[in-house]
Amino acid sequence: MIMEEITYNPITVETDPMIPAIYRVESFVNETADTFTITLSPSGKTDDDLAADEKQHNAEPGQFNMLYVFGMGEVPISISAGADETRLLTHTTRAVGAITKAMSALKVGDMVGVRGPFGSCWPVAEAKGKDVVLVAGGIGLAPLRPVILALLARRSDFGRVVILYGARTPKDIIFSEELKAWKKQPGIDLYVTVDRGTKAWRGSVGVVTRLIPQITFDPANTVAMLCGPEIMMHFTIDALQKRGLSGSKIYVSMERNMKCAVGLCGHCQFGQHFICKDGPVFTYERIAGLMRKPEI
Amino acid sequence: MQIIERTYLENLFDLLKASGYDLFGPVARDGAIVYDQIDHVSDMPIGWRDHQEKGTYRLEKTNEPSVFAYAVGPYSWKKLLHPAEHLLWKAQRTDTGFELVKDEAPQKRKPAFIGVRACELNAILIQDKVFIKGQAVDTNYQANRADAFIVAVNCTHPGGTCFCASMGTGPKVKDGFDISLTELIEGGKHYFIAEAGTEKGADILKQIPGRAASENEIEAEAEVLKQSAGKMGRKLDTTNIKELLYANADSPVWEEVAQRCLTCGNCTMVCPTCFCTTVEDKTDLTGQHTERWSKWDSCFSLDFSYIHGGNVRTSVKSRYRQWMTHKLAAWIDQFGTSGCVGCGRCITWCPVGIDITEELAAIRNNEKEKNNTI
Amino acid sequence: MKNLEQTLANHPFFYNFPEEYLQRIAGQAQILQYKEGDVLFNEGGKADKFYLVIRGKVVLETYAPGKGAIILQTVEDGEMLGWSWLVAPYKYRFGARVNSMTEMIVINGEELRRQCENDPRLGYELMKRMVHAITFRLEQTRLLMMDVYANRANKK
Repeated sequence: MIMEEITYNPITVETDPMIPAIYRVESFVNETADTFTITLSPSGKTDDDLAADEKQHNAEPGQFNMLYVFGMGEVPISISAGADETRLLTHTTRAVGAITKAMSALKVGDMVGVRGPFGSCWPVAEAKGKDVVLVAGGIGLAPLRPVILALLARRSDFGRVVILYGARTPKDIIFSEELKAWKKQPGIDLYVTVDRGTKAWRGSVGVVTRLIPQITFDPANTVAMLCGPEIMMHFTIDALQKRGLSGSKIYVSMERNMKCAVGLCGHCQFGQHFICKDGPVFTYERIAGLMRKPEI
Repeated sequence: MQIIERTYLENLFDLLKASGYDLFGPVARDGAIVYDQIDHVSDMPIGWRDHQEKGTYRLEKTNEPSVFAYAVGPYSWKKLLHPAEHLLWKAQRTDTGFELVKDEAPQKRKPAFIGVRACELNAILIQDKVFIKGQAVDTNYQANRADAFIVAVNCTHPGGTCFCASMGTGPKVKDGFDISLTELIEGGKHYFIAEAGTEKGADILKQIPGRAASENEIEAEAEVLKQSAGKMGRKLDTTNIKELLYANADSPVWEEVAQRCLTCGNCTMVCPTCFCTTVEDKTDLTGQHTERWSKWDSCFSLDFSYIHGGNVRTSVKSRYRQWMTHKLAAWIDQFGTSGCVGCGRCITWCPVGIDITEELAAIRNNEKEKNNTI
Repeated sequence: MKNLEQTLANHPFFYNFPEEYLQRIAGQAQILQYKEGDVLFNEGGKADKFYLVIRGKVVLETYAPGKGAIILQTVEDGEMLGWSWLVAPYKYRFGARVNSMTEMIVINGEELRRQCENDPRLGYELMKRMVHAITFRLEQTRLLMMDVYANRANKK
């Protein structure tokens, strides 16, 4: 069995992990037609409460919260904010089901329930002194955004930084203003591609994996972080391994059905792993035997 | 080890009640031996026997005076410790949004479980690992479990589908009990050999009229339990079971069992270690009040693995494989022990008689054949 | 010539290509610069050139009435444009238009085809790489087909 250190923020035993904290919507931004970003602040708390909250809710890149809409239910959403923003929780999500659709109708001042943060983190510390390759597909850019912000905040701690982002069409590109700004940063190789181009789109058209032969990185000293649909991650892993990158240095973010997010309900099992606490971030090496097994 | 004559068994009940315990134990009802609240020894299924086979459970009433001469029924203690439904929290709308409603803490009661078998005791300890010894604590289970007094019973009449001996979980209890009893009926005598597992248990025991067990009596008990271990209805070979199941996700055996499995989920309901739950949000008609409930769920349900507009495990084969692989293999990686205690309930209560020991043997045989082919 | 040969050798398509054949191909090749908007060829045109992108972006497109231009994909650094020059009836299946400053290797495809006929060894080396490039393209296309980013909830 492969032993490795998984980093997570433990839930304190004193608090009941199923009880949500109430947060207030501070801002709401439509990223695209079906994707939005909300920031949340703890509502009605004293300064002492907030100080305690900071410890409890300080989310690391890669982690997620369970967000609750009154009377409807919860969804697991990765944080899309930098780890510096400890009081404000930022989440970017797509309206695909009943709850996220209800969330897309939230207004500033509305309240949501928050449980978390849960799960393992992206290996930002592990990547220090190494080249970093980030590959994001679709909404997968959101959970990687905190990594990008962390890399930019301490750019000299890392080697080359390559970011590949694939979206369905130009209209589906999220964080487009930030992407433009990141592209301008020195020492950042940023490539954006779309599956379907338009006449007006001047960038790449094609799947994000085709960009991998083009990018420059040292496979012997690189950490790759991938986030997106499983198939896209699978093809990306293939391409990275062809470039000589080891499966122990490729990190993926997995998803399964979640109900409790604390390893008690059994839903998120992926083989022997609970995605809520052994993941969602895994090295590819750890789950290689499971990833392409149908219906696991 | 102490001898309690049959006539003094009622004293045990009285002492527990006097200490504020609510007693729960086996009763014969609706054609099965189930667990319910009891008051007296006479509430229990005296003289009843059970006959269990795959997909079959029958009770037989005899004139024997035996109190515990049967194996386990469809209920397990998880019905009391990890109930099928419980309320997580309530909330109501306010002018500014919503707030959680602070409810009165429910009346805390002290349950005493009478007649916990070795397999069941192991199952409780396994669920303790899941619910209170993990990273997060299930506060409801923890509340139900705290102060529970366990009177365990060593099985003298294992059932047709039992295989605790194969799983190393019985028929004799090892630890986790307050008092354990072995019922012995021979040569006109009817008594129990009792052992205290905790100080709590010892305190109660010493108040029951009795005497120390003699060497003969202890030997008799050992002999009876040795015979029990030999009377198991089923066997399961656990050699390298984790590696075996991990390596055989593509075994044709899964396809074969899928022809029979109805995905009814009976096995997960009767299994004393199955713990999966779902959450349900209920709102009243005004939309002002909502409740969040936790309910039993089964990995056999189609939408158990729902994600991104579809289900990961759609086929019957994948769901049966998930259940069995988790129970016998993944559990070991997750919690350090097997998830199966060999109680045989899943075999007895499967409406089509699927037998987990048979399926495991089939996987093993299929692997041997695979390796023997050129 | 040596410079051209080196450029060919450096292009991923010709990785490990036998040197004597590279020389021969260099004899049929040119390095050309294109600017945004340049049309390399139109759909249906005679496919007589083998294009490889050194650096830049070329758009492969077709056209449907009412839909306008349909962009299939871009061909970029280190990739080869197409294989219509190698497969009868030697007509371009799609149009190619340059999207940004692009530097390309342009090889006389018709001549190269003739040389492959006469020298099966050259033909085989070329085919090996061609199959590899086409497989890569096919895999990309299949991944595109899977439409992995689609919002299933909105699918009709």
